Amino acid sequence: MKCRRCGGTATLELRRHNAAFCADDFVEFFRNQVREAIRRHRMFTREERVLVAVSGGKDSLALWDVLIDEGYDTTGLYLDLGIFDYSVESRAKCEAFASRRRVPLIVRRVADEVGAPVPVIKQVTRRPPCSGCGLSKRYLMNRTALETGVPVVATGHNLDDEAATLFGSVMHWQTDALPRQSPALASTHPKLVRRVKPLYRLSERETAAYAFLRRIDYIVEECPFAAGATSIAHKEILNRMEDASPGAKHNFLFGFLEKARPAFERAEGHVLQECARCGQVTTSTVCAFCKLADQVKRASLDADARGAR
Amino acid sequence: MKVLLRNPRREVTVAGNRRVKEILRELDILPETVLVIRGDDLVTADQVVRDDESIELRPVMSGGRA
Repeated sequence: MKCRRCGGTATLELRRHNAAFCADDFVEFFRNQVREAIRRHRMFTREERVLVAVSGGKDSLALWDVLIDEGYDTTGLYLDLGIFDYSVESRAKCEAFASRRRVPLIVRRVADEVGAPVPVIKQVTRRPPCSGCGLSKRYLMNRTALETGVPVVATGHNLDDEAATLFGSVMHWQTDALPRQSPALASTHPKLVRRVKPLYRLSERETAAYAFLRRIDYIVEECPFAAGATSIAHKEILNRMEDASPGAKHNFLFGFLEKARPAFERAEGHVLQECARCGQVTTSTVCAFCKLADQVKRASLDADARGAR
Repeated sequence: MKVLLRNPRREVTVAGNRRVKEILRELDILPETVLVIRGDDLVTADQVVRDDESIELRPVMSGGRA
């Protein structure tokens, strides 16, 4: 198989583009896709600081790598979820990356903010672990950006993540979630920073290949709580479709963004206000993060009371 | 030839001197879900892997996001 650009030996085939690339030309293809995402959705400018949410995985570190090389003013944010060895290792990968590239990294511990790490939140809420984890991450990303005066948070969500989320929303016709699914969400409240996904045009195989070819040391092992997650099941279904029809995931997501999303956007009518407790943005009186922290606190008090008996 | 698989990490032995796509088919792995690594390089599905070589099939899926 030959590289589409230079005719040399290809290292990666991209069936959805009916193309193959050598290592150097693939890295350039990847960077062009990120440039196009930033340009098309006016995600941020070179004059703005960007908070890059990093997990130690391939996607977020690949994103950070591209943005640094493109000359953006970036700061990493690692949220320590307290998930046993997985969090220890993923934090070490982020710290090593930041040190090697000489870029600042902020570390926040979910246990300090919510009152317990993700494994305890899972037990207390009796909900899937990704639920409390995702809620905490979204809240802490936004709050950290506000506290540090950064106007935009960039996450490493890729095409597969976005297609799987869309698939889940459509399967349940969650019409309130559909307008919020976008590569770039504007700030609609003074306490809500912009959220952008510069990797949405790239599949997770492409982000993995970029991380490998750039010799980025990322955590290959999955989060121990990811097994059995609905989003993984949806990705598997979409990968079967992709195998039978290359480009299926791309067409599903991009067709939605271009043709269907505007219709759902018009139907959205939430009123944003500030949480009575913490002052962050919510659609109800007390935000979901404060409710989660209350739940953790109550469970901890109950456990103490049982222990005292 | 030896094939390193991940999550969980394990090694299997399959017949070599075949194209990567045939090895993936035997192991029931979709090409879209893995990187095929030989040494320090990635290899495409049409390349032949010799019997005395080793490859790693590194899964690319991450997730569990809410």
